[in-house]
Amino acid sequence: MKKKVELPDVVLESGIKVKPIYGPEDVKDIDYEKDIGEPGEYPFTRGIHKYMYRFRPFTMRQYSGFATAKETNKRFKYLIKQGQTGLNVAFDLPTQCGLDSDDPLAEGEVGRVGMAIDTLKDMEDAFKGIPIDKIGTSLTINSMAPIMLAMYMTVAEKQGVPANEVRGTLQNDILKEYIGRGTWVFPVDPSIKLIGDTIEYCSKYAPKYYPVSVCGYHIRESGANPVQEIAYAFLIAKAYIQHVLDRGLDVDDFVPRFSFNFDIHGNLFEQIAKFRAARRLWAKIVKEDLGAKDPKSMQMKMIAGGGGGGLTIEQPENNIVRGAYYALISALSGTQTMALCSYDEAYTIPSEKAAVISLRTMQILLDEMGLRDTVDPLAGSYYIESLTCELEKLICEMMEKVDKKGGIVKAVSDGYIQSEVAKQAFLLEKGIQEGKIIKVGVNKYREEEEEREIEFHDYKAEEAEKQIKRLKKVKKERDDSKVSKALKELKKAAEAGDNLMDTVIDAVRAYATVGEITATMKDVYGEFKEPVRL
Amino acid sequence: MKNPIRVLIAKPGLDGHDRGAKVVAIALKEAGMEVIYTGLRQSVEQITSAALQEDVQVVGLSILSGAHMPITKKLMKMMKEEGLDEAMVLIGGNIPKNDVKKLKALGVKEVFPTGSRFEDIVTFIRSNIPN
Repeated sequence: MKKKVELPDVVLESGIKVKPIYGPEDVKDIDYEKDIGEPGEYPFTRGIHKYMYRFRPFTMRQYSGFATAKETNKRFKYLIKQGQTGLNVAFDLPTQCGLDSDDPLAEGEVGRVGMAIDTLKDMEDAFKGIPIDKIGTSLTINSMAPIMLAMYMTVAEKQGVPANEVRGTLQNDILKEYIGRGTWVFPVDPSIKLIGDTIEYCSKYAPKYYPVSVCGYHIRESGANPVQEIAYAFLIAKAYIQHVLDRGLDVDDFVPRFSFNFDIHGNLFEQIAKFRAARRLWAKIVKEDLGAKDPKSMQMKMIAGGGGGGLTIEQPENNIVRGAYYALISALSGTQTMALCSYDEAYTIPSEKAAVISLRTMQILLDEMGLRDTVDPLAGSYYIESLTCELEKLICEMMEKVDKKGGIVKAVSDGYIQSEVAKQAFLLEKGIQEGKIIKVGVNKYREEEEEREIEFHDYKAEEAEKQIKRLKKVKKERDDSKVSKALKELKKAAEAGDNLMDTVIDAVRAYATVGEITATMKDVYGEFKEPVRL
Repeated sequence: MKNPIRVLIAKPGLDGHDRGAKVVAIALKEAGMEVIYTGLRQSVEQITSAALQEDVQVVGLSILSGAHMPITKKLMKMMKEEGLDEAMVLIGGNIPKNDVKKLKALGVKEVFPTGSRFEDIVTFIRSNIPN
């Protein structure tokens, strides 16, 4: 008689129970043509392009930017020289929150976590000698997105690059800022309106530019599980799309330029299935719910990056290994762009060395490990295909749950989503502390005597001083009458509910500061009040 | 029955990383304490006045941007001016080892860097609050 084997239960973060063995029985209801489809064809489960990386490798785009525009410019050029194929700009917190460097609230924060931008002059310096028509740049900016877009377009124009040749991505996802990350300024409704303004502007003048990158990433980094990450991001994307549709634009005019930013950490198979499920579900939503006709609208384009949430401050070198697995997941999931949090990023802004290791991790995958060779190599795996179906179902259910609560805009405005995400973060942390969720080096294989020689990114107070001086100089040299005229026009346009892009561009050209433009908009829109509930 | 310990969890400055603050707030609440969370972007003035108004015994600051030294210095001074000497100040977040001593020298009772255990925080608060 055979002995009965007792196996431990395995439950994924999304709640799915994993069987020890998967087989044909688990995929018998899947119809290849209908449910999976060829790469590059609806519903795009296997990838949005026919030949994927065999034709063009994923873009490698590390997040960087610090102190002043000049220093950031140096780091950009260094990264390009190292083979990085796209830029991703980090702004400091005052810039992200609409404060000038000399604002008292900005004290101690100028240039700390990214570069400080006060006026067009700073943006000009940041991109000096960098060909805007050749390298796609991602601007990690949200409530200030219209201003930074205006500055970037103006710099392009000054470089002789016409708007319709400018490539790049604006993060421009305010709803997730209310959930995590927290660089909101204006209340919910005008904030969504501003996103609509940028989308409308880009669809008219800058068709190669991606005006919105909807971020499940930060929602997951705030604690959400993989199902919540995708479900909330899709609901947010739908809210922006609906707003623009209400302005009379056609879905196929702008949805092809939507992109997503997702997070990678946790169980390898669950993440891969998550992305395949998300791609399929997004195609269905855009086609069936939004009535798109153009297959390009239905393609879920994404940056999928290794998240800081999976990294540990304990035994930080282990994060290099984690990063390599996250990159592998990203490549196996058909990402368009890859970025990795660097090994020191659990506790600081990455050092140059750490950033280059991340870049090399991706290059090794492409050039040594065969990740370019064939498309969606895990397709047809009993486990992956079955998990893909289960996750798609769970994401749908999660979306319905929020819709029943009155929709995502309401659920974010009243703090429901924030509280759901915080609860999830608490459960995860509790699980780790109780040893139920394993983190190597944290609650298993811990080195008690670990002496952490951690190098923190230095904050240079003198760089902040320099920035404030530059701001004062620009203010002195500009034509103030042009500034006040531009700000008056901006206010008028805001009061009238017009698209603000033209007036913001005029203000930027006159060297109005980020703080001045923001204050003008606050006069009309007011400020967001955070709904605090635990 | 004893009155529950009252705690204010605050996020000073522009730093938007509030996961740790919220998670600790929930943990303290689960441990039976009365927890008030300020939300993001609080000035030192706002935190002090919330501590006064809510009559808390513990003020927990969560800082991950690296700006913990100047913020704490300012807060300790203001709390003293407002007569909040009795309240226990705790700091959480990304705090380098070298700064822990400096923070304690400013009057911070204890520092709980990223990865601290809930039970350690709870036990520390309980054993340092006079009954």
